[in-house]
Amino acid sequence: MTNISFDILSVLIFLPLVGILLIVGVSREKPAVIKGITFLTALLNFLISLLLYRAFDSTTHEFQFTTTVPWVEEYGISYHLGIDGISLFLVLLTTFLTAISVIACWKDIQEKVKGFMICLLLLETGVIGVFVSLDLFLFYIFWEVMLIPMYLLIGVWGAPARRIYAAVKFFLFTMFGSLLMLVAILVLYFYNHSVTGTYTFMLEDLYKLSIPYGMQIWLFLAFALAFAIKVPMFPFHTWLPDAHTEAPTVGSVMLAAVLLKMGTYGFLRFNLPLFAEATIAFVPLMSVLAIIGIVYGALVCIVQKDLKRMIAFSSVSHLGFVVLGIFALNIQGLEGGILQMLNHGFSTGALFLIVGMIYERRHTRLIEEFGGLSKVMPVFATFFMIVTLSSVGLPGLNGFVGEFLILLGTFRANAAYAVFAALGVIFAAVYMLSMFQRVMFGEITKEANRTLKDLSLREVCVLLPLIFFIVQIGVYPRPFLSRMDATVKHLITQVESKTSRRGAEVKMVSTVTGARHERTGDR
Amino acid sequence: MEPIVLPLINMRAVLPELMVVVTALVVLLTDLALGKDNKTPLAWVTLLGLATSFLASAGIWADGVAEHAFNAMIVVDRFSLFFTGLFAAAAFITVLISVNYIRLEGINYGEFYVLILLATVGMMIMAKANDLMVVFLGLETLSVSVYVLVGFLRNSLKSNESALKYFLLGAFSSAFLLYGIAFIYGATGTTRLPAIAAYIQSTPLLASSPLVLAAMGLLLVGFGFKVALVPFHMWTPDVYEGAPTSITAFMSVGVKAAAFSAFLRVFLSSFASLRPDWTMILWVLSAVTMTLGNLVAISQENIKRMLAYSSIAHAGYILVAMTAGGSLATTSIIYYLMAYTLMNLGAFAIVILYGKKGEENILVTDYAGTGFKYPWLSAAMAIFMFSLAGIPPLAGFIGKFYIFSAAVKQGFIWLTIIGVLNSLIAAYYYLRVTVVMYMRDPVKEVGNLSFSLPMIVALLITTFFTLHMGILPSRYLQIARASIEMLM
Repeated sequence: MTNISFDILSVLIFLPLVGILLIVGVSREKPAVIKGITFLTALLNFLISLLLYRAFDSTTHEFQFTTTVPWVEEYGISYHLGIDGISLFLVLLTTFLTAISVIACWKDIQEKVKGFMICLLLLETGVIGVFVSLDLFLFYIFWEVMLIPMYLLIGVWGAPARRIYAAVKFFLFTMFGSLLMLVAILVLYFYNHSVTGTYTFMLEDLYKLSIPYGMQIWLFLAFALAFAIKVPMFPFHTWLPDAHTEAPTVGSVMLAAVLLKMGTYGFLRFNLPLFAEATIAFVPLMSVLAIIGIVYGALVCIVQKDLKRMIAFSSVSHLGFVVLGIFALNIQGLEGGILQMLNHGFSTGALFLIVGMIYERRHTRLIEEFGGLSKVMPVFATFFMIVTLSSVGLPGLNGFVGEFLILLGTFRANAAYAVFAALGVIFAAVYMLSMFQRVMFGEITKEANRTLKDLSLREVCVLLPLIFFIVQIGVYPRPFLSRMDATVKHLITQVESKTSRRGAEVKMVSTVTGARHERTGDR
Repeated sequence: MEPIVLPLINMRAVLPELMVVVTALVVLLTDLALGKDNKTPLAWVTLLGLATSFLASAGIWADGVAEHAFNAMIVVDRFSLFFTGLFAAAAFITVLISVNYIRLEGINYGEFYVLILLATVGMMIMAKANDLMVVFLGLETLSVSVYVLVGFLRNSLKSNESALKYFLLGAFSSAFLLYGIAFIYGATGTTRLPAIAAYIQSTPLLASSPLVLAAMGLLLVGFGFKVALVPFHMWTPDVYEGAPTSITAFMSVGVKAAAFSAFLRVFLSSFASLRPDWTMILWVLSAVTMTLGNLVAISQENIKRMLAYSSIAHAGYILVAMTAGGSLATTSIIYYLMAYTLMNLGAFAIVILYGKKGEENILVTDYAGTGFKYPWLSAAMAIFMFSLAGIPPLAGFIGKFYIFSAAVKQGFIWLTIIGVLNSLIAAYYYLRVTVVMYMRDPVKEVGNLSFSLPMIVALLITTFFTLHMGILPSRYLQIARASIEMLM
């Protein structure tokens, strides 16, 4: 344990902005300098975030490294930051992948380099801000701010054909959800005022509220809609395949690995602790939607012709697991869910990078255009194999640990859910392995594939760190899980204490909910 | 016969107006001395006059004394002083963006500045009115000047057409207003705003009498025309499109804010006790105004028309707060008007900069590919568009946030939901500008832009405040709150 004497979270948020200021000063004729500055900024930010990992106290569920500065005092808005066992790893994931992304796009991005790097750093600021904000107003600001750079990344540097459609769709879908969330935030804010007499957006204060059941239902729905669109859960997923397919490689990586996590993070940070009773009431709905997402996503993957589109749909399936784990509402499910968020970040991030690498060589992503690549690109084949297996959930790699915990947690909560969800694991093996076989093995059917170059040193450097974590989590997930323990346990008690307080009342209202209550009580 | 007692004349009460009037006269006289091609010095005089007027407003505002003057025909409180300051600032920026524009368009006449100054005086009088007759006086001073300004491009058919249209419809709406005033006088025997309020409050039976309600309806229509509420908005797009662009900018912020200042004062003070009667009407009007304005804006190709429809929608948002009522709501209106003035003027400044003589680059698609050609200018335009769309951390977001929070506070949840969904629609067409700027390849050359110093200053001011009001809104909210304290 080390002590950190400076406001580390603010540094993480604002360092990328400093990088942007430096970049703005550089002439656009010098792309290498711009890329260099971006990389150094991102790397420095990652190194600083490692301090967080070192100094994190895993024995407490309290928020750590907190900062509170009044911002608009008379309205109870403050600049309030802090992290716990849930957000710690998401922050690390963000800083880590931003640094990786800069190297990954070194060759890919040749035009409008300056704008691209500015967007990338701005995205980092926005995403970290989302994960560390403990003030609802501040959270909302970052939540919206991060939309703009992502929108530009897709729209300006995306694939020419449909990038604008994809960018606008991404923007409007997300904004739709978040605007209704804004109304819910305001309702919550004024309800808190009517009960306590103080205006505040501070999450810790709002956690203490006991909200009437009827209001909880509506608030839960409004928040859940915003997060479900972001995750994306079935049936709000339609923006995702478009956004992913059209985005530049690095855009896809950041989108899949980090941005989607904002949705699942939102459920954990807001829906569960704030609207505990509504959470219990919505467990069946959320679980069923998650399972539909898992199975549907996987089935759609099987018939995809485009590699990127397939990985995009596989995200729908994988994120379905995360949501299922979260709504199991027990320690295995929740920890599995959080861990799976990281796993998906590493595995899918790596997959998108890999697809980007062959796209750079062949300028196509159609599965049928490939075949037999393992002969000409042995190093590439090895990396691809490891990542594919991780995504399938092979024991010994990260995906297995996450999915196993989720299924375990779900089984304890409701065995039927687990049975259906397990189908998704089988389908994942079907589509991933058949894709891998069609791309990498067999005869080389296309002449163009015969002369492909294997990975360069830069590309190996991009993939190696990801592979490291894929193996590390698979073999020894303890350092990750132990840091989540206290927070997750506290989250469960938060949900349970709130529901038991008014359990009897709820039972009277509805026998259905009541029955569910008894089941949760059994745990 | 009673002796005529001259009211006490308190010049300090009308100091901001006086400065503008004096400037107008100075400009008018200096104009004679200047050569035909050299009218630019008039702009500097105008700017100086507006700046002193702004400072005078700010100074008296800071003193914080509320008083009546001219036999209680006008009221000097922070509410009215806020507005006089806002009008001076809006006119100031309008002049900045006009200097080069009117030279290019070949309408570089001294009268241009005089009319802007006189219109500003009209607005200021409206804000300070404590009597319905003074409201009307201000409104006419304002309107007549603006009628002329709209038709200032005298060789352009469009400009002439829109001037005539504006004049006819404006006169029509003034008649509504006058009719309302007459009814009020008939019902209550006075045109003084506080006296009307007192009368309505003290005679509850009469409060719902048909005459007062009819008067209220007529006044609503009159103000509705001026702030362009649906269904009284028909003139807006045509007039905004035909008028010289800088005048469009001036109208969309100045005239609108002036009408709102009187609208607010009349409805929130005089008709306060009739709130149950007009809340429902405003509810419907605001929902319709936002929705129609935004929906029609989507299909506009001409950026001036698009901003015209969007300005209709913005009036709808302000009406949401008016519907909600309460001090938070009025504060949010003040803040919103401030934010809207700056960001909208900024957006128009860029429209002027791109549009050359004869309105060349006036279609949204003309902006294609400018994003990376003029990175700073496009970044500023993107900031204005995102701010108008209500994306944080910009002024427009904070404005919308407070309006919607006021509505939620008073329990108008459905109106808020309609409002936020409208923001979504609005995001689509504001986004389209950024799409075109950054994501489309240029279809034609925009040609070299003629940057001028006043224009750059205007852009710097508007961009700075759009950002500053969004990131550090505290100070501005305090100003807004202090401005309405005495009104309440």
